[in-house]
Amino acid sequence: MEKQTIIKKLVDERGVEDLVVVIGAVDPEVAQVTAETVTLGDPSFAGPLAGVSLRLPVYHILESEVKNDIPQDVYEEQAGFMEIVADTETISRKFKEIREKITQV
Amino acid sequence: MLKGKKVIIFGDRDGVPAPAIEKCVTAAGAEVVFAATECFV
Amino acid sequence: MPDPIIKTCSYILAHAPNFVRYGSKPMREIADDPDAVLPSIESHLRTFQEAVAYAPNQVYIGNLHPDRLNDMEQPWYGHPLEGASRCGPYGESMPEDELLALMKLADDFDLVWLDKETAPILSGALRSNPLWKDSDLKKVDAGMERGRIDERIQHHGSLPLYRDGRVVGCVHRHHEQDDTLKAHVLMENLLAKTSGALALTHLLNNAKLRPDEIDFILNCSEEAVGDRYNRGGGGLAKAIGEMCGCAHATGCDIKAFCVGPLYAILHAAALVKAGLFQRVAVVGGGSMAKLGMKFKGHVSKGMPILEDVLGGLAFLVTGNDGESPIIRLDSIGRHDIGSGSSQQSIMESLVLKPLDKLGKKVTEVDKYATELQNPEVTVPAGSGNVPLTNYRMIGALGVLRKELKREEIDRFVMDHGMPGFSPTQGHIPAAVPFLGHAIDAIRKGEMENAMFIARGSLFLGRMTQLSDGLSFLLEKNPGKA
Repeated sequence: MEKQTIIKKLVDERGVEDLVVVIGAVDPEVAQVTAETVTLGDPSFAGPLAGVSLRLPVYHILESEVKNDIPQDVYEEQAGFMEIVADTETISRKFKEIREKITQV
Repeated sequence: MLKGKKVIIFGDRDGVPAPAIEKCVTAAGAEVVFAATECFV
Repeated sequence: MPDPIIKTCSYILAHAPNFVRYGSKPMREIADDPDAVLPSIESHLRTFQEAVAYAPNQVYIGNLHPDRLNDMEQPWYGHPLEGASRCGPYGESMPEDELLALMKLADDFDLVWLDKETAPILSGALRSNPLWKDSDLKKVDAGMERGRIDERIQHHGSLPLYRDGRVVGCVHRHHEQDDTLKAHVLMENLLAKTSGALALTHLLNNAKLRPDEIDFILNCSEEAVGDRYNRGGGGLAKAIGEMCGCAHATGCDIKAFCVGPLYAILHAAALVKAGLFQRVAVVGGGSMAKLGMKFKGHVSKGMPILEDVLGGLAFLVTGNDGESPIIRLDSIGRHDIGSGSSQQSIMESLVLKPLDKLGKKVTEVDKYATELQNPEVTVPAGSGNVPLTNYRMIGALGVLRKELKREEIDRFVMDHGMPGFSPTQGHIPAAVPFLGHAIDAIRKGEMENAMFIARGSLFLGRMTQLSDGLSFLLEKNPGKA
């Protein structure tokens, strides 16, 4: 629940405008759980975001939308290697689904 | 997409760590408002 | 001068179902909602026999090679091994009755009270253990009136000890206002000492050494021993050594989160190579804080709570005996402060740079031991398969080097990796659970070498964003010159 507390505090202080969450876990399941916890909250647990949806856009660092925004040399040096390790297709699909879910809430 | 945005980062020790993501999004013109690396074990 | 060797090792598990409630995560969740959480924890605990027959635990104490897990149907907890023994070539799984008696034996400050009726049962259990049958167990036998135990629990901050659903003793605090000496902290430290001493006793037994032949002890457990003026500044090396009768040894602790055991082995090897000490024991006790860490994931999926054991391990580092595998000190993999934040540069520092020094390819290391957390513990809790990710990263280094094709990574992981099998006890899963198997296989000529890679999370202490890591290559002994 610590992550939810952090997000709630940041939103309370700054508002939701222009806020974006970026995740770095390479296991698709882990990345998904992290993304859902910080944006949708988890209805099964009683935390600061229970029943609250902040609709924060959430991305994975290895998604092409993010990658294309980053200078290529920096991306390659800092994150590119993990494309060989991760299942980027599954990650991209899961994150698109999560973002669609957010806009529907 | 990132330019001018305020970014909250949750990195992974065994994935892409927060300081690496921070370098990426800063280079893309975003401001980092929170960054933490997680250890899932 | 030839590099030092790892002569032998020991691995122990102590079944501690009644301490799961005192793990960090369960304790916080119980405080939030005691009526719901505690009964759900209790109804998902395993019996000792179930913990013994659990295949990953059999691998840990040396009865089964890690690769055998690849052929076993999962969930492993649903397929207990018939006829599984609590004893293995590296150590044992200890039942909780013996653990409670050993905890009292480890207690030098009358911190633990056992009730009069139960104490003889517990000491009797420990007497049945061949390694402790000759110990002086008067301290355990003594016992205390039940009324006094209840009074301490109700009015003086003592924490109850449970057995079969009832209170059978307690652990006291040792200062009214000092949080570092409250009952919960002392319980945690005492269990690290107890499980560490059990590991060291098995090490001495496996090495056929008298306790007084050890001259230095390095403890790499993760607890924080100390008082209000030096939280975590103390240590357990000598406490463990004293309990095991290592009268001629000195020693200290090395703390580095999950890299602790590898740093301790590195220091041990350096002390031996420098000629300062001859026989250095590296020992790590278990972490009570991590019991039940992922219990919510397990309970929600109707699984037993698999984090019900404390882990312990010990290694004996000595000068070259001409037989045992050597630690290649010319190729230590270092995660330097300036290694950078990217995973690629970290893995290059830990794996490729040391291999370059030896002129070896990624595929020329027979087995890599990386973080070896049992995935059956972590995956259901949404924490992923940490060993698999790390093995894929090593394979990816091979791809960058053009030694492997991308589609060959899975095969590489199967051949040069292994499934995680270690309890999620922080420093315990950090590559070293494979050392015993590696020493055996290298001695038998089934393997030439193995690389041990541990990763640490320095950032957890909130003093730096850095992570940490260390690696070394264990190699077949070239034999006497």
